[in-house]
Amino acid sequence: MHDCVLKMTGITKSFQGVRVLDGVDLEASAGEVHAVVGENGAGKSTLMKILAGAHAPDGGSVEIDGRTVVFGHPVQAQRAGVAIMHQELSLLPERTVAENVFLGREPVRRGLVDRAAMESATAELLDSVGEESFGPRDLVRRLPVARRQVVEIAKALSLNARIVVMDEPTAALAEHEAELLHTLVRRLASRGIAILYVSHRLREILDLADRITVLKDGSRVTTADASTMDAPTLVRLMIGRELDSYYPPRAAEPPGPVKLSVRGGGNARLRGIDLDLRAGEIVGLAGLQGSGRTELAKALFGAAPFTSGEMTPCRPCSVREGIAAGIGLVTEDRKAEGLLLNQPVRDNALLVTRATRMRRPGIERLLERVGLGPLRPTQEVRLLSGGNQQKVVLARWVAAAPRVLLLDEPTRGVDVGAKAAIHELTRELARDGTAVLMISSELPELIGMSDRIVVLRDGRIAGALPAGSTEESVMRLAAAS
Amino acid sequence: MTQQLDLRRLPAVGSFLRRLSADRPARAVYVALALLIVVGWLLFALDGGRFLSQENIVGIQQRSAALGIVAVGQTLVILAGSLDLSVAYLISLTTLVAAETMGGADAGVPVAVAAVLAVSATAGLVNGLIVTRLRVHAFIATLGVALVIRGVLDDRYDGPAGSVPESFQHLGYDRVGPLPVSALLWAAVAASAWFLLSRTRLGCRIYAVGGDAEVARLSGVRGERVVVAAHVLCSLCAGIAGLLLASRLGAGAPTVGTDGGYDLESIAAVVIGGTALAGGRGGVAGTVGGVLLLAVLDSIFNQLEVDSFAKDVVRGVVLVAALAIHARRRTA
Repeated sequence: MHDCVLKMTGITKSFQGVRVLDGVDLEASAGEVHAVVGENGAGKSTLMKILAGAHAPDGGSVEIDGRTVVFGHPVQAQRAGVAIMHQELSLLPERTVAENVFLGREPVRRGLVDRAAMESATAELLDSVGEESFGPRDLVRRLPVARRQVVEIAKALSLNARIVVMDEPTAALAEHEAELLHTLVRRLASRGIAILYVSHRLREILDLADRITVLKDGSRVTTADASTMDAPTLVRLMIGRELDSYYPPRAAEPPGPVKLSVRGGGNARLRGIDLDLRAGEIVGLAGLQGSGRTELAKALFGAAPFTSGEMTPCRPCSVREGIAAGIGLVTEDRKAEGLLLNQPVRDNALLVTRATRMRRPGIERLLERVGLGPLRPTQEVRLLSGGNQQKVVLARWVAAAPRVLLLDEPTRGVDVGAKAAIHELTRELARDGTAVLMISSELPELIGMSDRIVVLRDGRIAGALPAGSTEESVMRLAAAS
Repeated sequence: MTQQLDLRRLPAVGSFLRRLSADRPARAVYVALALLIVVGWLLFALDGGRFLSQENIVGIQQRSAALGIVAVGQTLVILAGSLDLSVAYLISLTTLVAAETMGGADAGVPVAVAAVLAVSATAGLVNGLIVTRLRVHAFIATLGVALVIRGVLDDRYDGPAGSVPESFQHLGYDRVGPLPVSALLWAAVAASAWFLLSRTRLGCRIYAVGGDAEVARLSGVRGERVVVAAHVLCSLCAGIAGLLLASRLGAGAPTVGTDGGYDLESIAAVVIGGTALAGGRGGVAGTVGGVLLLAVLDSIFNQLEVDSFAKDVVRGVVLVAALAIHARRRTA
């Protein structure tokens, strides 16, 4: 590697006396895709925020192109050539693409915003990344999530960024959309931009990155060429121990009786859904973004009910009916749909049982069960890591003991350790006789966990595959036209 | 094709039309306004009377001008994600400042106008600083400022005070052709605000800060300044409305603002016009429609001689219905 664009040395940072980063070094060269991995809480996001000027480090130095820089504000980092794409997209949905790209730097002519210049510059940027599906005047609200990232990339390019930080850019994307993003990332790198890529998806990182830096507990474990790494090694470095197996073993016995059955289920987004969920079985639900996975889970649960078709034991028309029928749903977006962030763990974990006046288990036992034993039940949920937040959501349904549990992306944005714990818990629930339906955009996870995979395409069931099917066979069903 | 060419040749007009047609909530309020006018016309046609005679239109414009000016200012703060409940008391205060400074003399007019603008800008600055620096929610911050102003008014005034020279009363009562000067003043304020929002950096940033303060911050927008600026502009609008009312009344009146209900009514007009109360979405065009809608409604009631109780009930229903319609259109 030549041409070192970024050199961070000995970065230290504490929040309220807790050391989050402890002497971390990080380098990146022009044209390099440099992945930064680690469990939640390892300090990746903090490191990236320091680079982007959102936090000031307590110690250490940042050099860009050999010159030491000190950022007091994100704008200074932008001027120095650092652009960051955040986990939660940093766009204004109600404004146009051009207005977003030039936000804070609107071109002016004679004191007035020069819309024409802004729009033509944006059109050029979109052109240069090969984007044709939308234009500078479209409202961001109307773009699908995957396209919004293109807007972010256009923004980074308009800043003439030398360093682009991507913080989990594919967390919200389905596999084929992630592919498109990867192509873009490579294109950016080939222009000589250094890319720092933070992700939990190890396979993606191994595919995409030139070098990988592993962080653990605020320190750098190693930086190595991606070609010398594989997934088990990465996991070992990240969590500091071997994971015996990626996924818990499948059910040894054949599945039990049918707990939920749909025949010809349909609504505005779904058509002709036939599906059986059996006790003890984990059914994986695969499909591209927009194929109706979440809609199917919400229909089964009663949150966005079926309008036609048969369903046993009953076709819920509301969430209350769904819960009464013994169905539980862990929603895809835990912050917006899953948790009362300002409320304590206890109130979140007992939400369903309280609302429906079910018998409640003891809170300590419940937290123990989902692997949150050491947590104080009075702690506010917003202060927990993503993994622990997700366990609180799971605790809510463990408390309600549903017969059918629907999991929509249960491990999105969750670190490797918590992910394994969630997998283990899911399998245990199935073993205890719950019928589980699991949605995941991450195919290896879906294949590793499922006893059977059902593939959705355009709101219909495209087919079913047995345990241990290959990713290719799933993709073929999901994407066939 | 020809249309596109035209748009390119006239970028300003093109962008105006494009933005207006993209502004669905604003369109909705104008459709409602048109329907209301048709309904009003039918009612009076059946009655044998005439709706929207020239006298009538002038009346509507006269009545809505002051509210309209305040509502334009309110639009700016609401778009920025804030809100101003102090406008009503500020209006009362500025009528008094204007009338007392003029003291019935022509020579006092320029000084009085400057004084009013200074007082209102200061009030806006205080509002803005409390909201941004002290991080007090706008609802409470501006309510607090409103109470402070009320205290001053209650303490110092028992009734109308000061007087306005005849020359200044032209502002409130004169017409240019069929158009009252006050309506022209409103139009000018609205046009300036529209221009500010669509063609200046401050405008872009008002939308950005109201849409998502964190996104704006990470893009290098200094959100606090934007919010303070919006508050100052809003209070200046209230000051202008105060000048207009002083010119109408011929004196300053300590209760003119609250009697007119300019605080809540201006917020109502803004949200009827489709601007999101949370900020970041909407615009002046909708607000103008909202004000006109309320004014036409008033005018119909006045002509039908409906009692004021029923009037308030209907206005309340219209407000809630408007919000419900906007909410539906957004999820649909």
